Amino acid sequence: MSDVSLMVNGKRVSGAAEDRTLLVHFLRENLGLTGTHVGCDTSQCGACVVHVDGKAVKSCTMLAVQASGSSVVTIEGLANGADLHPVQAAFKEHHGLQCGFCTPGMIMAATDMINRHPEGLDEATVRAELEGNICRCTGYHNIVKAILAASKTMAKGAKGKAKQAA
Amino acid sequence: MYSVNYHRAASVADAAKLVKNGDAKLLSGGMTLIPAMKTRLAAPSDLVDLSRIKEMQGIKVSGKTVTIGAATTHFDVSNDEKLKKTCPALAHLASLIGDPAVRYKGTIGGSIANNDPAADYPAALLALGATIVTNKREISADKFFKGLFETALKDGEIITAVSFTAPAKAAYEKFRNPASRYAIVGVFVAKGKDGVSVAVTGAGDDGVFRSKEIEAALAKNFDAASLAGVKVPAKNLMSDIHASADYRANLIAVMAKRAVTAANA
Ligand SMILES: Cc1cc2nc3c(=O)[nH]c(=O)nc-3n(C[C@H](O)[C@H](O)[C@H](O)COP(=O)(O)OP(=O)(O)OC[C@H]3O[C@@H](n4cnc5c(N)ncnc54)[C@H](O)[C@@H]3O)c2cc1C
Ligand code: FES
Ligand code: FES
Repeated sequence: MSDVSLMVNGKRVSGAAEDRTLLVHFLRENLGLTGTHVGCDTSQCGACVVHVDGKAVKSCTMLAVQASGSSVVTIEGLANGADLHPVQAAFKEHHGLQCGFCTPGMIMAATDMINRHPEGLDEATVRAELEGNICRCTGYHNIVKAILAASKTMAKGAKGKAKQAA
Repeated sequence: MYSVNYHRAASVADAAKLVKNGDAKLLSGGMTLIPAMKTRLAAPSDLVDLSRIKEMQGIKVSGKTVTIGAATTHFDVSNDEKLKKTCPALAHLASLIGDPAVRYKGTIGGSIANNDPAADYPAALLALGATIVTNKREISADKFFKGLFETALKDGEIITAVSFTAPAKAAYEKFRNPASRYAIVGVFVAKGKDGVSVAVTGAGDDGVFRSKEIEAALAKNFDAASLAGVKVPAKNLMSDIHASADYRANLIAVMAKRAVTAANA
């Protein structure tokens, strides 16, 4: 057993967990944050993607104790109250989901992708960088559309903020 | 996963002590070890986490000499500005490993210690004539990789860095399995002051190897045209559900041509 202490969605949480506990199970079972999903046993599907210290990683392939001391953001931490995050809003607008199982991981991976490409995204880049996220339903077209749209909205938002600051 | 005791090492010396616990294993990015533990293919009693050891991280370039800390992630290798200038082929190779989430965590040290016959880095290090630095000694790449998932590492020995001299020209071409993203065939070509070397991953029955046929043809003239008609023997190549040995043999020549074209571009 170890003490796992994390910042999750801006709140400090700690708890004892067996060393073999995966981060995804700590989030789902100890913290009740069931938005993060488990879709495979092989680290391939991306349903479990969360941000650890600002990077999108597979929480099924990391022990909770490995993350201890880190800051974690899950799908539950993206929206600002009732206001959806621009990536969430774009998935809704562009019908980027059907059953929704892959969606939390898609959205966390997409947010990270957009942050890494402040210069903007094109379709080929989005498709290449979605390699680690598998969707059984949509055929990806609307997911790609949603990410491209969100990337534009977020670029505008960033410019707006820069103007306000100036 | 079976029960395990986790330790976070603060330094290489600390890790060397901790790894003497029971049946301990070193943990770097965990992108291979954690999945293996989940399926119970690996069942260490203890894990020694190397990922927060500062002295094992980062890339140094001085002149043509490149040194990469063993705990440097694929993401950091693919984005390093100095490396992109000195040996862009290696940065490009790192950008082709797995997917973005795997690249954020997986490390060069973990990849070469694992020596998966389809992993990308072994081809690069063999073709670059790299040196693998451990907490005990320095090992040349041709003595380090010893067949499927086998290396020259002794129990508990820790890779701390890899280093090499950047060649004048180099490139890596990978034919990926679309599902696993590992190489069905990957070819790294390098042309340096000691001549041309060509290393192949994904194909060998006994892991990464150098292709004598392709090296001989390119030694005469480092041009894709020199490879017209060069036959790579299918003997000692893997046959599996993804590709037959003959298919792989042909693919090695095709990937080598593309790599030479890219290296000359
Ligand atoms: C979905 C997916 C796709 C992938 N695709 C590819 C791909 O296309 N190409 C590719 O090459 N790889 C691929 N990988 C593997 C990936 O590159 C791993 O990062 C790599 O194989 C292991 O590195 P790691 O840092 O995660 O090591 P770990 O998993 O932490 O460790 C692996 C092994 O190395 C040992 N070890 C770790 N560090 C050291 C050290 N410093 N000294 C001595 N021993 C050490 C460990 O004890 C363990 O036995 C993929 C992985 C996944 C999950
Ligand atoms: S559940 Fe993590 S990658 Fe599939
Ligand atoms: S929406 Fe069903 S798996 Fe993607």
